[in-house]
Amino acid sequence: MSIETPPHESHVPTHREAEPIPDPGLPPHHWRPTDVDPKAEKRAERQIAAMFIAAMISAVLFVVAYFSFEVGDNWDTFAGMGASTVALGVTLGLTLLLIGIAIIHLARKLMSDVEMVEMRHSAASPPEDREATIEALNAGLDEAGIGRRPLVRNTMLGAVGILGLPAVVLLRDLAPGDELDISKLAHTIWEPGMRLVRDVVGTPILASEVEMGDLINAAPEALFPTEENGYEELHGAELQVNKAKGAIIIVRMEPENIIPAKGREKWTVDGIICYSKICTHVGCPISLYERTTHHVLCPCHQSTFDLADHAKVIFGPAARPLPQLPLAVDEAGYLVAQSDFTEPIGASYWEREKQ
Amino acid sequence: MSVDTSKVATSNRTDAATASKPGPAGSLASWADDRLGLATMMKKNLRKVFPDHWSFMLGEIALWSFVVLLLTGVFLTLWFTPSMGEVTYEGSYDQLRGIGMSEAMASTLHISFDVRGGLLMRQMHHWAAMIFIAAMMVHLLRVAFTGAYRKPRELNWVIGCVLLLLGTLEGFTGYSLPDDLLSGTGVRAADGFMKASPVIGTYMSFLLFGGEFPGESIIPRLYIVHVLLIPGILLALIAAHMLLLVYHKHTQWPGPGRTEQNVVGFPMLPVYAAKAGGFFFMVFGVVALMGGLLSINPVWKFGPYDPTKVTAGSQPDWYMGWPDGALRIMPSHLETVLFGYTISWNVLIPILLLPPMMLVILMLLPFIEGWITGDKRDHHLLQRPRNAPTRTAVMVSLMTFYGLLWAAGGNDIIAIKLHASINQITYFMRGAVFLGPALAFWITRRWCISLQRHDNEKLLHGYETGIITRSPEGQYAERHLPINEKTAYTLTARERDEVFTVGSDTDAAGVAAPNSRSERLRARLSRWMYVHNVQKPTVAELEEAHHHAEHEAELAAGLDHPVDGHQFDDHRLRDTDDVPLRDH
Amino acid sequence: MRVLNRTAGRLSRHRRGPLAGLAVLLLGLLISGSLYTALAPAQADNQPSETDQVAQGKELFLASCAFCHGKNGEGMPTVREGYQVGPSLVGVGAAAVDFQVGTGRMPMASPGAQAPRKPVAFNDEETAALAAYVASLAPGPAIPNESDYSIEGLSDEEREEAISRGGQIFLTNCTACHNFNGRGGAMPRGGYAPNLHGVEGKYIFEALLTGPQAMPNFSNGNLSPDEKRDVIAYLGSIQDTPEYAGFTLGGLGPVSEGMFAWLAGIGSLVGAAIWIASHTTRSKKSKVNA
Repeated sequence: MSIETPPHESHVPTHREAEPIPDPGLPPHHWRPTDVDPKAEKRAERQIAAMFIAAMISAVLFVVAYFSFEVGDNWDTFAGMGASTVALGVTLGLTLLLIGIAIIHLARKLMSDVEMVEMRHSAASPPEDREATIEALNAGLDEAGIGRRPLVRNTMLGAVGILGLPAVVLLRDLAPGDELDISKLAHTIWEPGMRLVRDVVGTPILASEVEMGDLINAAPEALFPTEENGYEELHGAELQVNKAKGAIIIVRMEPENIIPAKGREKWTVDGIICYSKICTHVGCPISLYERTTHHVLCPCHQSTFDLADHAKVIFGPAARPLPQLPLAVDEAGYLVAQSDFTEPIGASYWEREKQ
Repeated sequence: MSVDTSKVATSNRTDAATASKPGPAGSLASWADDRLGLATMMKKNLRKVFPDHWSFMLGEIALWSFVVLLLTGVFLTLWFTPSMGEVTYEGSYDQLRGIGMSEAMASTLHISFDVRGGLLMRQMHHWAAMIFIAAMMVHLLRVAFTGAYRKPRELNWVIGCVLLLLGTLEGFTGYSLPDDLLSGTGVRAADGFMKASPVIGTYMSFLLFGGEFPGESIIPRLYIVHVLLIPGILLALIAAHMLLLVYHKHTQWPGPGRTEQNVVGFPMLPVYAAKAGGFFFMVFGVVALMGGLLSINPVWKFGPYDPTKVTAGSQPDWYMGWPDGALRIMPSHLETVLFGYTISWNVLIPILLLPPMMLVILMLLPFIEGWITGDKRDHHLLQRPRNAPTRTAVMVSLMTFYGLLWAAGGNDIIAIKLHASINQITYFMRGAVFLGPALAFWITRRWCISLQRHDNEKLLHGYETGIITRSPEGQYAERHLPINEKTAYTLTARERDEVFTVGSDTDAAGVAAPNSRSERLRARLSRWMYVHNVQKPTVAELEEAHHHAEHEAELAAGLDHPVDGHQFDDHRLRDTDDVPLRDH
Repeated sequence: MRVLNRTAGRLSRHRRGPLAGLAVLLLGLLISGSLYTALAPAQADNQPSETDQVAQGKELFLASCAFCHGKNGEGMPTVREGYQVGPSLVGVGAAAVDFQVGTGRMPMASPGAQAPRKPVAFNDEETAALAAYVASLAPGPAIPNESDYSIEGLSDEEREEAISRGGQIFLTNCTACHNFNGRGGAMPRGGYAPNLHGVEGKYIFEALLTGPQAMPNFSNGNLSPDEKRDVIAYLGSIQDTPEYAGFTLGGLGPVSEGMFAWLAGIGSLVGAAIWIASHTTRSKKSKVNA
């Protein structure tokens, strides 16, 4: 049997020759044991019913598990796992699987499996339908007269098109007011004389207490207000934004190992050096510090910075060194910032160099 | 010969249908039909034929896991609070009691620890999401490898690609909602990606976050995108995808009686409905088992998001792994400052250019192929991957590219599991993403062509029986026996590839055809695509081979006894007629 | 292991095991038999005396450690791929020795940046002697007392507070390398931060104090002893907490989850599809219409 060329002609020149082997046609149907053997049929029926019954039992067990296993303050456990989750999952899963398997078993064993043949149609509409449609379209457009009145057509398109403008402008207040002021990216909460405090606990750091090889994950004191330091309590977005930008890491290494960048000779205190904790690649916090090599690694994309050498990039996708925070010691011996960072921290952005 | 339609069954019942008195169900049906006219539509579709093959059910996994996602997702919304308002956690999980966190995180913990079945539903939702996207991808591969995306199904392919994109975005927004440490880290990276967009990036970031990162708006905004916007579009596109499937009718594998003009299989009602319905329960069941037994995203261990914290192994979910891998293997220092503006190639290339480019390539595949082959016919018979060596090789090459980037995205986990160095893995990947796909292309194409040759061998010389005979001269030979007619027909039920040539380059008057340059390119590509392919044997070749075989048989017949190797035992040769075609 | 640990000061404090009787006996003998014992500092009620211990330690040191760390623990200047082959041990203190030798990291099989935990080479007495010797070189962090790293002595409420504070300190200072679950993670050039599950509180305390290998210090001026204790308490608590959510898949985050989604999820469902579409067995009989 040759495969017929579909009604709409292909433009590929095909010289069709006889197929090497003719289509033998659909093979004769072979019956299943369940079609011809009543015993097999009954067996399949029993199997299917058994699965449905097991599904019902499992569903009941789900309800039992729901009410009998405690969650909340006092979880029941089973082999070191949460009994409720496991029991509910297993009973629900079994119920569903048994129903599914039983239905499919039913389809495979007991429903007719004689294959049927259906003829295809071309996806395209018949040519006369196309013509009729085009005619109707033309008639419609003609009656509308849009084609003949370019002034009306063009102004209409313009008017509808300009609707995009209000739609876009409406989105402006997604960041209302001066929230859209991108120059804020260039500054953090650090200011001259602000103490460096340990993250989480918020205690200031005595320079004398930092030992060789120490890594301190630290934060600006303003984020840990106490009566003593007199900072105002920050909340919500303001707190989060300042946390996100102010995070730092402090390390101490042998002062002779530090290769100071130009102009940064006085930014360290006796081998104590401080950098932004925010990776300059896409902004993950970064504190995988190796004290032997002075390298710090970003867990997100493996950018590696050499903290001894002004945190220059030595591996990975980052392009810029970590910004350094200039350090000093106040009269009580605590580590303080000489100033804010001298460049924007974190990921690069289009206007970065403009600020 | 035209197709004989007289044997086309409209029913697979073996007894005659008889009209029965309308019962209450019948009355209800006519009540509804009086108002909705459903019968006309349903008469065509209730017994619509679907061909049966395991690979046709891969898309169903995606469909059913989407249904599971809708069900479990609705459950989760009953307790989830999409807010970044600060609260102090006072729930059941001891280790976080007294810690400040967002309401989103606190409500996620509440669902996990204080709502019975809540943790199960959260985990089912997450597992179903992972399976949803994975199933879309396997389905996509099946469609591509069998050439099912050819005319008339190109648009459905494009819809499928958009579904894949939307599914990925839906997954990412969902991953971000609990506001735990891992999801927050992901959102912060996404903020970095946005800021790397030239010109508008910084403003995009500020508008999305309602100011500087992280702000207080991102969770509620992602929430509405996650539960309304994307699912709405997904639903509409899935409906369109299914409608087109029904309109085009499913493709089928070639075989005896299975042609371009028909579709052979089981009717929608009852067999297909039962199988598909049953499969829904199975997908649901597997997801429930995974949700109950396998821990996924234990947010309580990550703790609430805090922009100063991070964890080793900060990775996105698997479907975002490959762009993340591309990001990881970018060389250092790729950033330029042009007229004072910063362009971050290290983010731009792997995140903002590569994935959209891959998506566009994917969407264009059927159109590019159609253009090169110049084939404007409808195709309803699938091709075996080997019979389209270049397409198969292109797909394997794309898979290799994807797979290598994917592995690069897990380089830290690979490093600790294989005791390797992340630096070495990264260096290796930088080269492998270029070499691997090229190598994969070449190997796959040669492999396919060898398989085509092997098919022809079988057609011309029969299959290898594994029986060695020795001639009186002491020569050893393996006995080949002809394959049965069904198998032989199935092997030949494919088209001959025709290399497009620029024959009509100039018309009769010697004027160059308008598009001759593109036509020449097309001819070259067509040649590149087809020239090494092995075509099925012609009638003459087959006849000659059979003559040869008969001659051999005559020689064999001259011997005293038949030499099929089993003349001394009870075994007879494999009854090739009994072997179902689908086993091949 | 901890039961057999007879380091200075510990025996007298709270050993009530079968060794207690023996210890009392030895103590009695030592007190009555030697004037020196009476003159010794109050905490030196250990058997062998401190100088003996230092001498024993030095002997062991010369045999097993001096090859890399120098005869007087002064170290070796060789630097290979960014790590010092035999760093100086002057001032590292007893805590460093107890950690390195007590966890079997030292002596190393071969020099390298990473010192994996392995079966210990010295018994507790020898370890204590080595620690005493190295501590005698220069003052350094001492081996912590159990009360330093255990929250046993706290009230329930204090314990709960300690655990949740420890969790936050852990997530700020430790998870970056050791992962959210304490399961460890990759470091540059083949290094790794080890898994913390099952590591004794004492060793975690000592590691924080001394910064073994590439790990930075978290000295007492960095994380106070109480904060270290809280971290240890948190780590203990997440190991004691039931896995509410089922099997943890290695606790490595999304990579292992993705692998299970493909292998278990897609794997089983494709298997199901193959079953659904497969042909059932056929009968040779033909159908007889009843």
